[in-house]
Amino acid sequence: MLKLLIQRLSLGLMLLVASTVLIFVGTSILPGDVAQAILGQSATPEALENLRQEMGLNDPALTRYFSWVGGILHGDLGTALTNGADISASIARRLGNTLFLAFWAAIISVPLAITLGILSVRFRNRWPDKLISAVTLATISLPEFIIGYFVMFLIAVKLRWVPSVSLINDGMSLAEKLNAIALPVIVLVFVVLAHMMRMTRAAILNVMESAYIETAELKGLTGAQVIVGHALPNAIAPIVNVVMLNLAYLVVGVVVVEVVFVYPGMGQYLVDHVSKRDVPVVQAAGLIFASVYILLNTAADLIAIVSNPRLRHPK
Amino acid sequence: MSQKTKDISRRGFLQRSGAAGLVVTASGLVLPQATLADTPNKGGHFVLGLKGGESTDTLDPAINLGSASSYALYAFGDYLIEIDPDGGLVPALAESWEAAEGGKVWHFTIRQGVEFHNGKTLTAEDVVKTLQRHSNEDSQSGALGIMRGIETITADGNTVSMTLGTANADLPYLMTDYHLVIQPDGGMDNPAAGIGTGPYKLTSEEPGVRYTFEKFANHWNDQVGHFDSHEIIVINDDTARAAALQSGQVHAIDKVPPRVADLIGRAPDVAVGVTPGRGHYIFVMHTDTPPFDNKDLRLALKYAINRQELVDTILNGYGAIGNDIPINDAYPLFDDSLPQRDFSLEKAAEHYQKSGHDGSPIVLQVSDAAFPGAIDAAQLFQQTANAAGIPLEVKREPADGYWSEVWNNQPFCASFWGGRPVQDQMWSTGYLSTADWNDTRFKNAEFDALLLEARAELDPARRKDLYAQMARIVWEEGGLINPMFNNFIDGYSEKLGGWTRHYSQMMNGFAAKLTWLA
Repeated sequence: MLKLLIQRLSLGLMLLVASTVLIFVGTSILPGDVAQAILGQSATPEALENLRQEMGLNDPALTRYFSWVGGILHGDLGTALTNGADISASIARRLGNTLFLAFWAAIISVPLAITLGILSVRFRNRWPDKLISAVTLATISLPEFIIGYFVMFLIAVKLRWVPSVSLINDGMSLAEKLNAIALPVIVLVFVVLAHMMRMTRAAILNVMESAYIETAELKGLTGAQVIVGHALPNAIAPIVNVVMLNLAYLVVGVVVVEVVFVYPGMGQYLVDHVSKRDVPVVQAAGLIFASVYILLNTAADLIAIVSNPRLRHPK
Repeated sequence: MSQKTKDISRRGFLQRSGAAGLVVTASGLVLPQATLADTPNKGGHFVLGLKGGESTDTLDPAINLGSASSYALYAFGDYLIEIDPDGGLVPALAESWEAAEGGKVWHFTIRQGVEFHNGKTLTAEDVVKTLQRHSNEDSQSGALGIMRGIETITADGNTVSMTLGTANADLPYLMTDYHLVIQPDGGMDNPAAGIGTGPYKLTSEEPGVRYTFEKFANHWNDQVGHFDSHEIIVINDDTARAAALQSGQVHAIDKVPPRVADLIGRAPDVAVGVTPGRGHYIFVMHTDTPPFDNKDLRLALKYAINRQELVDTILNGYGAIGNDIPINDAYPLFDDSLPQRDFSLEKAAEHYQKSGHDGSPIVLQVSDAAFPGAIDAAQLFQQTANAAGIPLEVKREPADGYWSEVWNNQPFCASFWGGRPVQDQMWSTGYLSTADWNDTRFKNAEFDALLLEARAELDPARRKDLYAQMARIVWEEGGLINPMFNNFIDGYSEKLGGWTRHYSQMMNGFAAKLTWLA
């Protein structure tokens, strides 16, 4: 099993290296000139020329790639071209906010999804199952911003329970922060719930066909005991996989929710810099997003390996 | 429940209107009592929700791009001169100014006893260095274009003197440009520090997210800056911004989309402020490129556009029709004797016949990057032009790169101008033969001569006459089709006192300085 784990980890590492190459090549072939993007319509030719020289964008690509990767290994992501800010510092803050939001959305949505999945297996094809499926499928089918505007209108504007703008800052207490992010958390829970719940339901149902489940039922266990004690542990691998995918989505896919609720996270930060052709920031953000995906997927695989007795105790 | 809300808001309205000094007389007339309403309350926390902020924004006034972050400049900074609600000049850090040598040399007397937020005292030297930073040749300042005419800037005691290459009667107006915040040591050492002499002191800065300020106790003018603290929140999403105002999280928002302005104004406790602007949504033709080098063809297109329809549909009525010149009555020295060009399919057809155009398609290149609704506007234009027999075709261009690839490159496209503080600047940046941004390729020696003459003319009546002559030339000969001027639409809480209409949006940027919590 150790060999399998090491193999899987090194595969993740190789993927990471490959993604640095892809990100670098991808951002290098982007059309457009940073200096012009920064100055926009108000660029005078003099100002444009001065800015271009100052930025020194004329080094060969290979040199820039290795100095970039070298910098990353030292924890230095460079400085943003547009405002000269240190990228590591700005990203740390933004990433912290994104993780904070993702954490609370996950804390609520993952147990909820698995519980609902188990419930719908327990009451398979009866009204609780149908109700759960209908509601979760409806929320996943609506675009995020529609759900966002809907809860904003209802809860923030009409009822005035929580703020419509989810700004958080260091000076706020945890309770204040949670109050501020209530709406985006609700929206994110709606968005990721269905996927995980459906997968839990399908994976458990798949196992429910097995002979040992029949044995468990025959020896007199209740429906809930069979599902939680016998079916769930054997369905864990696909569930963990889909949970990890959704966790990754909570980190890298929340641009729209961040914009709607004015939440200062990574998504908004990346969009701002893409539109300004700020290549170092786009590269850094791309790398972080790729790392999150690779990390969570590797974790899912590792959990699947560890949770599988046949892999844990090879003959 | 909605009934209850209405009752409360009606009662609330009566209370508020009483507090604001509205008196219902026996005859039922509502009269404002200015004295009560004009007494500002001190204290409170003022929050602005603004569009157009990004994490790439900087507080360096030289390269600040406007929009949300420029409101931070208005809060922490002061200018030599400010513009009053009617477009007149108000002394700020310059107590007074005068022209010498027929407008070629200008002397500004700098106010004494003004303190920067870092404790330093303002000197004439700070002013000189600030202006030099915006005007030297390797400057990246967005104000470089207007500062280029200044040759030397010197300090002598309290007086700052500027010598120009050619006389310019509008120089004091140029000093109101939002880039020209006076900074300690001219901002030479740390331009983005956010230190100025303004009524609010910057306490935290998160570009693209928010800025916070506290009242600066030692500000030189106790008539402004009534709040204890001030906060700017960047809300780029239109719906989210409106929701923040309606839910009471912010006191005022900018750039309300015309299509929802009526809805927002209907909400309780919220008002909509409309400012007729200088910005114009236009179509530009290169007058040196066939077929647009033909004056009759240009006139045919100018007559074939239904301006009122565009104002009603594209701007939802929040605008005014244009008259094929870039100037309107929001500018000082505007002459209104120029007749309004009407919408006439007969005249359009007549000029089109006269132009002898071969009937090949006339392609108009547009993108919504030019202005919101540009594609719809172009299609409406196409319909009326086709009705007059003009083979106008609309070609849609990608928004990305529109300003670098299409605008000022292609012979016929949609464009937008935000306007300038004074006529001279508007004409010089867009219509002088040698201007970089002459997006109609308008080259007219008579016009150029008039412009240079007007710039040096210190007599307002004579200048007004010169500007009128210039306007008529562009109206007749130019490549500008100007169907509409857009209005600025702000939304603000009715809890605010002192909100008045200025010549530009958000009380010309000074909402935080001039309003208070009633």
